[in-house]
This record gives sequence, C-alpha cells and structure tokens, in this order.
Amino acid sequence: MRIPSWISQHLAAVRAVVLFTVLTGLLYPLLILGVAQIPGLRDKADGSLVKANGQTVGSSLIGQSFTDADGNPVPKYFQSRPSASGYDPDATAASNLGPESMEDTLGDPALDPNSEEGNGSKNSLLTDVCSRSKAVGELEGVDGSRPYCTADGLGAVLRVFYSDGVTGKVTRAVSVNQACPATPFIAGYQGVPVECGKFGEDYSKGVLVPVRGSAPEQSAVPADAVTASGSSLDPHISVEYAELQAKRVAAARGVSVDKVTALIGEHTDGRALGFMGEPAVDVLALNLALDRM
Amino acid sequence: MSTTAAGVVFILSLIVALAVAYRYLGDYMFRVVAAERHGRVERGIYKVLGVDPNAEQSWGVYARSVLAFSLISILFLYAFLRLQDLIFKVPDFATSIDDRVFPHLAWNTAVSFVTNTNWQAYSGESTMTHFVQMAGLAVQNFVSAAVGIAVAVVLVRGFARRKSEQLGNFWVDLTRITLRILLPIAVVGAVLLIVGGVVQNLTDGTMLSTLTGAQQHITGGPVASQEAIKELGTNGGGFYNVNSAHPFENPTTWTNWLQIFLIFCIPFAMPRVFGRMVGDNRQGYAILAVMGIIAVASIALTNVFELGHAGTVPQAVGAALEGKDIRFGVSDSATFAAATTLTSTGAVNSFHDSYTALGGMMPMINMMLGEVAPGGVGAGLYGMLIIAVITVFVAGLMVGRTPEYVGKKIGAREIKFASLYFLTTPVLVLVGVAAAMATGNWQTQLNVGPHGFSEVVYAFTSAANNNGSAFAGITVNTPWWDTALGLAMLLGRFLPIIFVLGLAGSLARQKPVPASEGTLPTHKPLFIGMVVGVVVILIALTFLPALALGPLAEGL
Repeated sequence: MRIPSWISQHLAAVRAVVLFTVLTGLLYPLLILGVAQIPGLRDKADGSLVKANGQTVGSSLIGQSFTDADGNPVPKYFQSRPSASGYDPDATAASNLGPESMEDTLGDPALDPNSEEGNGSKNSLLTDVCSRSKAVGELEGVDGSRPYCTADGLGAVLRVFYSDGVTGKVTRAVSVNQACPATPFIAGYQGVPVECGKFGEDYSKGVLVPVRGSAPEQSAVPADAVTASGSSLDPHISVEYAELQAKRVAAARGVSVDKVTALIGEHTDGRALGFMGEPAVDVLALNLALDRM
Repeated sequence: MSTTAAGVVFILSLIVALAVAYRYLGDYMFRVVAAERHGRVERGIYKVLGVDPNAEQSWGVYARSVLAFSLISILFLYAFLRLQDLIFKVPDFATSIDDRVFPHLAWNTAVSFVTNTNWQAYSGESTMTHFVQMAGLAVQNFVSAAVGIAVAVVLVRGFARRKSEQLGNFWVDLTRITLRILLPIAVVGAVLLIVGGVVQNLTDGTMLSTLTGAQQHITGGPVASQEAIKELGTNGGGFYNVNSAHPFENPTTWTNWLQIFLIFCIPFAMPRVFGRMVGDNRQGYAILAVMGIIAVASIALTNVFELGHAGTVPQAVGAALEGKDIRFGVSDSATFAAATTLTSTGAVNSFHDSYTALGGMMPMINMMLGEVAPGGVGAGLYGMLIIAVITVFVAGLMVGRTPEYVGKKIGAREIKFASLYFLTTPVLVLVGVAAAMATGNWQTQLNVGPHGFSEVVYAFTSAANNNGSAFAGITVNTPWWDTALGLAMLLGRFLPIIFVLGLAGSLARQKPVPASEGTLPTHKPLFIGMVVGVVVILIALTFLPALALGPLAEGL
C-alpha cells in the first residue's frame, strides 16, 4: 500500500524529532558532561565552589551579600553591589527600570511600611540611586550627594502645573517623591512655592521636571555602588568602590589601610588579554583573604 | 587602556576573527551543503527517517517538509512542557504551583523555541527542569537553526540552478547541517565555556551558608551544552532568567567575547556560501559588505549612546551602569546588545530596558531592520537576498533597466514574493502593538510614559522578528500576551519561509540570462550603497512613528 505523501511526510517528521532529541538532547549534553569530568574542568562544571575552614562558603563566580540578618552592612567585609534579587540564584532578575524612572509611588500613611504587605510604596530607579548613594556615603564617611538627588536621598523631581496644560504660567509645583510632612528640597519654582507630595493625589496633569541641583558631576560614591547589576549575582565591584571601602574595612579589622589596599590589588581581575571587559575586584575572594589574614 | 580604547579593540578583534570565519567556515559550510556523498551515520539516519536522500524536492514539497517538521516539533515540545513534572524532576521546585507550565506558557514557549525566537515568558531556574531544558528546549536550538540555514541554502540554489524544479532534500539538509556544522562547533564551544567556568552537571546544585551566615543555593544544570548552541544557532534562550548576564552562563570577559563570536560566525559566513554556490565570490563579498557596514554602524552607535549616558538616571549615576555587570562593563555590554539584535539571537548580557533612551532604541532598530546585518543563521542571508532583489527592482525602475540579480530576471512573480516577505513582520509588529494598546494589555508594563510604550513595541518587534530579547520589565506571562506573541512568532517565522521558498522555486525554473551592457553590476560599491540605503529607508518609513512615540520621545 502506498502512503499518501502528506502522511509520510509527517511520519518522517515524527521520526526526525525523536531522532534529533536523542542525538542533540541526550547524547550531546551527556558527551559534554563526560568531558566535564576531566580533572581541572570538574570543579568548574560543578559551580566553582569555594571552601573556608572545610566549609563550602560560596561560588567564586556568584556574588553574595555581606550584610547581617537585618540587612545592614557588616563593616569588616567589603560590600557587594545592590542586587534586584538579593543575591538569590533561584530568583535572578534585573530591575528593568528605565533611564527616566524618577517618580515614586508614595506609601499609604495609614498602613505600616514594615508589615507583610507593606504600605504600597514603590521607588523609582532615581530614588533607589539617591538613597543608596546617601547610605554608602554615610557608611564610608564621604559626601554621597549626586545630581538630581535631594539631601534626604530621594529623586529631586517636581510635577509642575501650567496654566494652559503644558505651556503658560506655572500655577503649582509639587515635590512628588517627598511625602508630607517633608520639607521640599527647594522652596519655590519660578515664583510658586513648592508643596510636599500627598498620598493618593493625582499629579498626572503636571509635567515631570527633574532638578539637577548643585552636586558635582562625579560623586564620591562610584556608579557601581548605586546601581543593580544585570545578573543580580555580580561577584565583582569596581576598583574605585573597593578603594572607597578600604578605610572602613581596615578600621573594623584593626589593620593598616595599606595592607587592605594591597589585598585589593591582588584580587583585581584585569581585562583579559588587556582589552576584554573592565577591571573588577572579586569581592568574595577579597573578603576570604581578609579573614585569613 | 581607557574604556573606550578597550571597547574599540574588542570590536576590532571580533572583526578580524569573523573575517577568518567568513573564509574558512564559509567554505566548509559550502562543502557541507553542496556535497554529493552521504556519510555512513547520515545514511543510517535517512533509513530511520524513511526518506530517500537522493530524491530532491520541488519548492512546494520542501516547504511542506519544513512545516511538517516544525508542526510536529511544536506539538512534541508542548507535550514535553506540560508533562515535565512527571519525568526526572530535577531541580524539585519548592512550590507546587510555580512548576506547572500552564497551557498558554507551554504554547508560547514551544512556538518560541521552534521558531528560533527563544522568547522566554518564564524564569528558567524556577520553571523548567534540567531534563526539559536539555532534551526539549536545547534540541530545538539545534534543529530550528538548521531549518534557517536550510531555507537560505534553498534560496541560493534557486539562484544557482537553471530550468529546474529540484531544490534539494529538506531531510538531507537538516541532517547534514546539524551533524556537520552545528554539533562540532557546539562541542568545542561548550568545552571552552566550561574552561571559563560555565557549569555542566545534572544535580540540583549546592546549598551553602555564606560568609555572613545566609543561605544560598548555588544552582546546577547542563548549562554549557545549552549555552554553546544558544549562541551558535542565534537562539538566545537562557538557562537562567538573567541569560548571559548570569555568571554560570557567561563567567568571564573572554567568554563574553567568545559568545559574541559564536553569535556572529555562521550568519557572517553565510554570504560566502552564497558566493560559492552562485559561482561568483564577489557576490558574496558584496552581501557581506552590506551586512558589515550596517553592523559596524549599529555597534558603534550603541556604544556611543551608552558611554555617553544621557538621561536623568544615568546622569545622576554618572554612567549607564544599571542592569550591567562589572566584568563586562558598559562598552562590551553595548556591543553584546547590538550583536544579539543584529542577529536573531536575543540572548542578553545586560538589561536593555535600563539602557539610555537612544541606546535602548538601537536594539529595537536592529530588529526592525529585519535582522539582516548579519541576521539569524540562514534567516539573515535570505532576508538580505530579499532586500537585494527589491533593490535591483527599485534600481531597475529608476534607470529603466530590466531588473536581474545573479543571472535571474526579477519579474512580477519574484517581486510579489519579495514584497510579501518584506511586509509580513512590519504588519505583525504594528498590528500587535495596536492590539495591545487597544485592549488594555499594555498595562502589564513596568515603566510608565514613553518607556512603557517602548516595552510594548519591543515585545512585538522581538517576537515577530524571532529575536527573543526584551525590554523585560513588562509582564508577558499572561494568557493574552503568551497567545498574541506566540502568534507573532509563528507567523513571523513561517510566512517569510514560505515566501522565500516560493521565490526560490520561481528563480530555479528560469534560464539564466547572460550579463549584458544593460545589467546592473551587483558586486560594486554602488550596489552595496543602494542596498544599505534600501534597508535603512524602508525601515525608517515603516517604523519612525512608533519610534517617535517611544525611545525618541524619551531621549530627545
């Protein structure tokens, strides 16, 4: 009996899917798994695990938080970058917030911000950056001010209302990220007093205006200290951020800053072949070296 | 070395490596697809499949074979995803609700991997078992790439053959491309990636206490084997949610270089196959030149915008570093972003949603160009040849010459196929975006204002062009989004393939016309410039309004 071609084609297709599943879905990965058992490759294939005092304490490729149970930085350790997942490899994520993410959602003052559900507040990326900069500045004893940030570590952003929609005279200005009863970061905008932000009020008719302020272009707090990485597991910090932390770590451990700085140099991965990527300090390796000191 | 200088050397080193790949990988691929003899293993495979390897197919039969294979693949993968809790359930997810792959997600994911898109509405580490990733998803990484290359080869056969109905045998092309091209390079790539630190095991990983006493789960999985073909086949589906930003997928600065090379090597070598098959290497160089000019311009612009860090948050930070990892830095991240969208890969090593307004527009434009510079494996070459056909037609109209390309007349039938091909993805993108805006489904966006609109535009652009990257803030694992984007991926893949095969059939039937005084030379700088112009102008006319409401409104 001759099978019609439209059926024989599907039979061939079914066979092909099964066959390529065996070939590329089983044999190929198992071959690679076999190669991965070669000494020297095996440790890497298993996750580049790092031991200290006989205990596995991490992976040399995966970043971790060096904070206490309450989330506060442990002073004797170099701190990693902010992370959108809290360095949880089971839930990797980036913030995905855009370059103009600057208006916060204020929390409901009737609700407890520390409760399970929270108070419904949501930070913009700008406010995240500003608050991290302020916190790092205070921890390391440097000026954490940045452009477009208020002194209280929020995005310096106004909603400005005009008499004719988006043109005409300014009729009202609100510092939307500063919840009342906060004092707005500037008193007036083009002759109109600036109000603090009230929960639940609709400011969407106003025009969003970020205010630059007088902070220097490059802050004392480096860029990687105030931004979340793409992987949320970034094992590295920049050399600048490491150097900023050296004084605090040295003080907490009672050793000289020079010694700590020398260790930073030892645990800095340069660019591969001199041109690939950026120089980066391996935070876990550096902290382990400090513990061994 | 300064950041900019290092970034420039990084790009130059890739260009040198790709020039070598063009020559040697291109010649090798030519020999594979043009070979007369079948290997012993291959003959065994044809016996199992029940096909006669020496029986060539007409374009219609070839198209039906492609569609039958893809249909069965989708059904198979769908069933696999729905049944994943039943087989080798490693890792065993903590919660019972998350590990069920709902029908809309299974549909979306099955279509996504079969169409070489690898759009991911799920997080790998919390939704997929190792077994599904390895024996379900990664299999399609191989065969969907092979389908793309096969279709491109058929179009080239259409140019190369004279008065013929025969365009090759799909099952032979599929088998040879998988066995002789994709598998060997993937094996080498996977081993190199393990040397760099990519994991390859079948365990649930390691639970440990960190230095400060917190619990951390170091994940496991057959990552290296999947990672190599993910880049090589311009697929892009990450083992983990954060894709090539994850240190277990892309651990070092040099694995980052290697991944970009793997992404580019086959697409940039395909014009060599074209040149060899039509018997005129200069034609291959011309197509390569068009791809190269657009790619270099796009990579350079993405770097300029990201290093320039315009915008409120990047200015506050002092660098466009949100969503980027330190080891790659801004420049190599920007280069990766351009590479992944110039091809149909969609892997990411940094998060495009947090790019500067104009820096984030570049990936969108790259995809809107139809992913032809150099495009996905195979898909890039056939996309570019369609543009070349349109260019000779436009040029022919302007100077009153009969349009012909590498010896074949471009008549009404050919131009109809080319136009249908060209119109498909813009229609899918614009209709999809309009539907999302009209039905309120845009409200799942994370960002607000123009950037939120960009998330919607990016999603449909990525799906219809089979890219798979995203402005990932938007939530797309809803029944509406999964269904709509699944349709966009399906139609965006197979309608163009049918039109390409139809065009190939009508070209192969023709008798070649000898070049005459009136023939427009298609290997000279003039023609190269015209093709670049057609690519850019046609796309600008199609998508400028959408871009104006999104990234341009945000960035200017």
